[in-house]
Order: sequence, then structure tokens, then C-alpha cells
Amino acid sequence: MSLELRGVTKTFGSLVANDNINLKVDDGEIHAILGENGAGKSTLMNIVYGLVQPDSGEFLVDGNPVTIHQPADALAVGIGMVHQHFMLIPVFSVLENIILGHEQSTKIGSLESSAAREKILKLASEFGFHIDPDAIVENLSVGVQQRVEILKALMYDAKILILDEPTAVLTPQETDEFIEIMKKLRASGTAIIFISHKLREVKAVADKITVIRQGKVVAIADPKSTQEELASLMVGRPVNLTEKKTIHHDNAVVVKVSELNIADEVGRPLVSNINFEIHKGEILAIAGVQGNGQTELANAMVNLHKNVHGSILLDGQEIVGLSVNKSLHSGIAYVPESRELDGLIGKFSIAENLILDTHHEQPFAKGIFMSNKAVEEEAQKKVVEFDIRTQSIDAPVSSLSGGNKQKVVLARELSRPVRLVVACQPTRGLDVGAIEFVHKRILEEREAGRAVLLFSTELDEVMTLADRIAVMYKGEILSIVDASATREQIGLLMAGVKS
Amino acid sequence: MKKMSVARKRTLRFLIILGALNLLALAKFGFGNHSTLSTTYGLVLGHEWIILHSVVVKSSTGSTFFALLGLLGCGLGFLFFKLNKTSLAGISIASISILFSFICWAATGKFIPLTGLLQGGLMLAVPLIFGSMSGLLCERSGVINIAIEGQLLAGAFASAVVASVTHKTMLGLIIAPIAGAAVSVLLATFAIKFGVDQVILGFVLNVLVYGLTDFLYKRLLIPYQSTWNQAPSFSQISIPILGKIPIIGPIFFDQTIIVYLMYAIVAAISYGLFRTKWGLRTRSVGEHPEAADSVGIDVNKLRFRNVVIAGLVAGLGGAYFTIGSVGSFGKEMTAGSGFIALAALIFGKWTPKGAILAALLFGFADNLQGTLSIIGVSVPSEFMLMVPYIATIIAVSGLIGRVRAPAADGVFYSRGESH
Repeated sequence: MSLELRGVTKTFGSLVANDNINLKVDDGEIHAILGENGAGKSTLMNIVYGLVQPDSGEFLVDGNPVTIHQPADALAVGIGMVHQHFMLIPVFSVLENIILGHEQSTKIGSLESSAAREKILKLASEFGFHIDPDAIVENLSVGVQQRVEILKALMYDAKILILDEPTAVLTPQETDEFIEIMKKLRASGTAIIFISHKLREVKAVADKITVIRQGKVVAIADPKSTQEELASLMVGRPVNLTEKKTIHHDNAVVVKVSELNIADEVGRPLVSNINFEIHKGEILAIAGVQGNGQTELANAMVNLHKNVHGSILLDGQEIVGLSVNKSLHSGIAYVPESRELDGLIGKFSIAENLILDTHHEQPFAKGIFMSNKAVEEEAQKKVVEFDIRTQSIDAPVSSLSGGNKQKVVLARELSRPVRLVVACQPTRGLDVGAIEFVHKRILEEREAGRAVLLFSTELDEVMTLADRIAVMYKGEILSIVDASATREQIGLLMAGVKS
Repeated sequence: MKKMSVARKRTLRFLIILGALNLLALAKFGFGNHSTLSTTYGLVLGHEWIILHSVVVKSSTGSTFFALLGLLGCGLGFLFFKLNKTSLAGISIASISILFSFICWAATGKFIPLTGLLQGGLMLAVPLIFGSMSGLLCERSGVINIAIEGQLLAGAFASAVVASVTHKTMLGLIIAPIAGAAVSVLLATFAIKFGVDQVILGFVLNVLVYGLTDFLYKRLLIPYQSTWNQAPSFSQISIPILGKIPIIGPIFFDQTIIVYLMYAIVAAISYGLFRTKWGLRTRSVGEHPEAADSVGIDVNKLRFRNVVIAGLVAGLGGAYFTIGSVGSFGKEMTAGSGFIALAALIFGKWTPKGAILAALLFGFADNLQGTLSIIGVSVPSEFMLMVPYIATIIAVSGLIGRVRAPAADGVFYSRGESH
């Protein structure tokens, strides 16, 4: 089955999300749609799936015009979609999630699901999924939940599958498995529209690449193009993806962590026996699959976690047990894992967010009063220095894009005298331009002689930035390797295999 | 994992507290009661086949028995706890035993009409059950219903007036659900169509119904009572055979048509919510409306319909206050039942079974305080009136396992906003 879009346009107020987009997806093809966050990829796919109505444009399925006003219409012509944020009901079983909207009833009105159950098991075995139809979805891992989403689409004969940023939530291993699943789907004749901004994956799997920038199709690219070429098309200017590393040699130890143990509230160990040192001008990356104790270790660095035993010396001073405020002011910049949840207060303005940590100090506070003038000046300065793109410093920080939010966090954290930068997943969910900025900034800190502790689940990022790489597995550091280690070596460590 | 262990710790603590209370009851009500007087329990209401005689038990023996039963319940709860199963049964036995141990002691030397006590409990629970079913239908579909009180009151008022004017109880029974549904239509329109805060909206609707019925009561029902507020009421219908079973018969099967309708509604909702297409879809829009929309379910239409059905149910429950018992309407006669119904819904963890059991418990507690004051036991009645609220706090604090509202309860859904 083929799908063609002609002249699709959608505006939200003054913003043109999609501008006269033409797209043709052929039978059994993996068609990647590449674009930065906010380029209009998701809007386009929501239009195809009937969740958003276009201002103009037409759809053709196998050359015949169709109208799609709601998801049911899309499903009826064979278009299925796996959303970036899963459309699964956490407290329902896999079976209930899959039959929802397509329920069969018996004569007395009760649900009839044995046929659906059989079909699920059959499809699952065809694609090599191990899925228990009666498992409750919230108890499944993210990777398995995604498979449930795919099954949901396949159950109702989707011939064209839209996958919206499917790998954003997956670990490197799950991503590899996912790419295999896409290939199997293609082999079975399903056409796939694969939305992503991750160049490596797009190159690995796509047959054709449509690049979208600011709502327009800017190119149909060949998957054989280099990552740099694709990135430049996406961003609209030349991009230098691999940052140059300048080697620093300074033996002074800034941070020394020894025998660090973290337990949960009932005393079970979350992180055990952590030992490492970071030198001046060095980036130590903590790699590992999400959920192996990285979050707890990061929180412990600024005393955000209770039940921490052991020692963290910052320039010889013990910081375990200090208050969060004192830890930060002893010279630590802290970029938390979740910008929205822990890094910023969404409803506060950009200016207010920039002084969250220092609002009680000169010059922002005068006695019990705030000096709005000083706050404003600081904000104006930071907006320029960190290239925060906003209409006004008084705009709520929640109105910013992910990249600009992260810039606000960085601007605030790096405004204090800093000796150690703790950055947790600093580029998660950011577009290429913002990633470039964050990476550059982290390297600048390194060149300025600061120690950097980088937590990242993105192997590419770790390999690009780190001087040494520590791999965490089940709460322990399995090994600390040099930056020259290969992807395979680190991948094995991440899976818990110690050579 | 972490959360589980905290919840388990709380369950354990609660079991220990219950055990200690039972021990206390054993010491104070059982062994501490040196009176040789007995308590007499009346077991007959009159229509049964076999006339059971009153049971006379020495008070201290009764208290001791129930306290020991309570300890057994604690033991049972602990056993299930160890086996990683729910200790709810044990906890229920232990809690109820404390209550009975207390009754035995409090009524030393007195007569307690036990069957009457239970029957009265059910009667007080009827509007609570109707109300909690209304809340259940709304909240399972993702709309918070604080307006249960208003729906009950509207039903009570409309049925009394219509039955008075037409002299036909049946017409009163028909109009009551419609009045409840009218309140629901307002709730649904503003909550689902316009996204008004549902807690504030529900509260405002209650005030509206209170005001409206107060006004009409004062200007119409009092001055022209004989025309407007002298409703006939339904009489009890004893179900053949079932109605004559000792103890159970008069409690459950010698009731008015409204109570029988309640049985049917409760059965239909319990079955429908978990076994039918409608139920699956209802729960899906209450948990994750975006997901329901993405598979072609019209979220707001389903919500609207369910809220209106909920109004029908609560309105019918309102009729019980008037034509289901006394006939005429009294000012603000629902007296907070709607809020206690809401408490029952939460205490029952948003499940039909749980809500019904909670409503029965609250009804029983309410009736108990009435009975105790009639037979002259000096327990402050306010104490018993606190039971529903204390129970709700216990439930919400997670002492008896996890309480989780439907995830999208009270969350406005509009397709554009999530994308």
C-alpha cells in the first residue's frame, strides 16, 4: 500500500507548522522523516493519523483520494501509529489495551476476547516478541510497551505504520532490537514512516529520507549521505558533529569519591562501593543503561539523596552531609536529569529561574526585598551569553523549547564559582543545534580547568566528550575505561559483562 | 519496589494497631466488665417463618468473644500479609470485632434489636449506595462528581412534589432520576464542554440545588403543604420465600421498590464496568483519554453520557428520602449524604464492591449511634458520626493497601491540547 500527501498545510495562529508538504511513501519502504524538534514532523504525522485537521492538502492511498478526519478514518484505510508518548492505559492488561476500540461482544453483552488473544499470540510469535496478553502494561519495560503498541497497530491490519520518535525512550540495546523489528516489518510488506532526529538510526534503517525544516520539505536525501550532510540539511547550516578534543594534562584531583554507598529508605542498597577521581580539566562520563543507579549517584553528589554513606571530597573538603545549598555553593554546578521536573519552575519567568539559587544573595536581594532591576540585568546578560531564544525575559520558562530551557539551566548553574560540573543527561530530547551548544559549553568548562561528571545513556555523547568512561551496572561501577575504548567494549560493560 | 515496601510497612503497622486495640477491648470490655448483667439481642422483625427468640448473652462474655475474634482476624491478616496477599479480610474482621465488642459492653443490661439495627443500617446506606454509584460512574469516566449531594436533593425534591401533585408515587419515581440527570447535564456541560474546574463546579451545583429547593420549600411547600408536599410513599414489598428467611429476609427482602431497583443497578454497574465493551471504554477514558481517542473512541461523548446516567442513578436515590420512606420533603433533608457517599467511593477504592461495603459500614455506624442513644447508652453521638470521615482518611493514607483514583479523574480532555 502506498500513501501520498499533496500540499499539506497547517498553521497554528501565526506559526506555520506545515507548509505545502508533499510526501510519497511506497509499499514496503522505510521512509524516514528527519527534522529537528519543532520542525513540524509530529504535526504532519498527527494530520495523517487524523488527530489534527490540516488547513489544506489531500491524501491518496494507492492513488485514490481519501479523507481522514479522525483516528478511526486513518485506521480504516490501514494507517497505524505508534506515538512518542505511548497510547497505552497503564492499569489495563496487554489484551485489554489491544482490543480497546475494536471490542467484540457476545450475545449477552459481555466482552469476547478469545479470538483477539489468539491473534496477538500469533502475531507476537511471527515477530519474535515475548508478550503475555494478561500482563498489566505498567509492569512492562518501556521496550516491551512499545512492542504492544506495534502489535496494536498490526492487529487491525495497518499497512502503513507511523513511528513517532520510537527510539527516544529506548536504551541502546533496545534501539538495536527495535531496528531489527523495523526490518522484519518491512520484510512482511508493511510500509513504515519513521520519524527521528537521530542520524545514526535513520542511516541504519531508512530506504529514503525526507528532511523537514521549519515546516517545509527541504530535501529528499539518500541514506548513504554522511551524518554531517544530513545534520546540515536538518539545521540549515554546516554542522560540525564531532567536537575537537584538546588534551589537557593536569594531575590535580578535584573530586575524590571513595567507598560511596547509597541505600533506599528501607535500607536496600541502590548504589554500592563507588570509587573514582576526577582531575582538573577532565570529563568523566558515567555510562550505563538507565536505572542502574546513575540518578541516585548524581543526586548524592549534591546531597539530594538521603542514606548516603562514604566520602566525597571536593578539593579535599568533605561534602557528604552538607545541605543542598551549601553543596552547590561549595563549587558544584548541577544540571539535573529532568529540566522540567527538577531544573526549572515552569510557571516562573526566565529571569526568575535564572536566580533561583542566588535570589537571597546580593545583588538580587536587599534585606527582605528583591531588586527587580538586578534580576533583570542578570537575565539580559545571560540571555545574550547563552543565546537563549525568547521574546522576553518575563516569559514563563515553560514556553521555551527544550534546548532553550536547558540553556537557562546551564546559564544559572554556571553563574556561580564552579569547580565541578555534574551534568545528567544534558542533551536528552534536544535537537542537533542545542546538542551542539551544550556539548561546546561542557567542553569549554573542561578547558577552563573544571572537573566534569557527565551522566549519559547516549553512547555517542559519551564517546564524543569523555576523557574516561565509567560504566555503571546494577548500582556498581563495573569498570573505568579510557576514551579510546570501542563501542563494543562499552556496550558489553553496559550489559553487565565484565571481561 | 520501594513504594510497595512502604505500603507493606503501613499495613503491618495498622495490623499491629488493630491487634493492640483488640487486646485493649479484651481487657476493658471483656475482663474489665465485672457486671453480671446480660445483653439481650432481638432477632425478630415479625414476618419470618421461624420465629427466633431473643438471645441473651452475658455482656462480658460477648465482649470477650468478639475481642478474641478480632485477634483471630489480626492473625489471619498477618498470615495473608506474610503470604504477600491482601490482608483486607483479616483487617475487616478485626475492625468490626472491636465495634461489636464495644456494643456488647456499652449495652450491658439493655435490649438491642439486632435485626432492627442491621435493617436500619441498610436503610441509611441506601442513599449512600445510590450516591456512590453515581460517583463511580462519573469518576471512572474521568469526571469528578462533587455534586452527588445536589443530585440526591434534586431527586428527593422532585419526586415529593410530583407525587404530591399527582398522588401517584410511580410518577414521583420517574421524575426523580430526571431531576438528578438535570444536575448532571449542568455538570457535564460545564466540565466536559468548557473545561471548568470540576471540584469548584460540583460545589457550586450543590449550593445551587440547596438554594433552589430551600426557596421553593419556603415559598411553595410550606404555605401550600396539602397540594405540594404531602406525597404518598411506597410500601414495603416482601419477596415471596426470600422475605421470610430469618434475619436476612426482613433486612434485605422486605423493602420498597427503590431498594430492589438499587440491587439491579448495583449488579448492572458491577458487571458492566468490568465485563462489557461499555465498561472497558468507560475505564479507558477515565485513565488515559488520549489513548482512547487514538483508537477511535469519542471521549467526551462517552463521558457526557456516563455523567448523565450517573445523575439518573443519584436522582433515583434521592427519591428514597421522600417517597421511599417518609413521603414529604424536608429542608436540606439529604444532610450531607452525598458527601458521605463520596467518602464511601474513595474508601471503597473506586470499585463497586468496595463502595457498597463502605456505604453499608457508614450506614450501620450512623444507625448504631441512633440506636445507642435511644436505648440510653451514653456515648456521644458525634463520635459515631465521625466514622465515615476517619475511615476515609485511613483509606486515603494507604493503611489498607494502595488507593488510586482513575488517572484522568477530573482532567479535561480536548483533542488539540495534547498535541
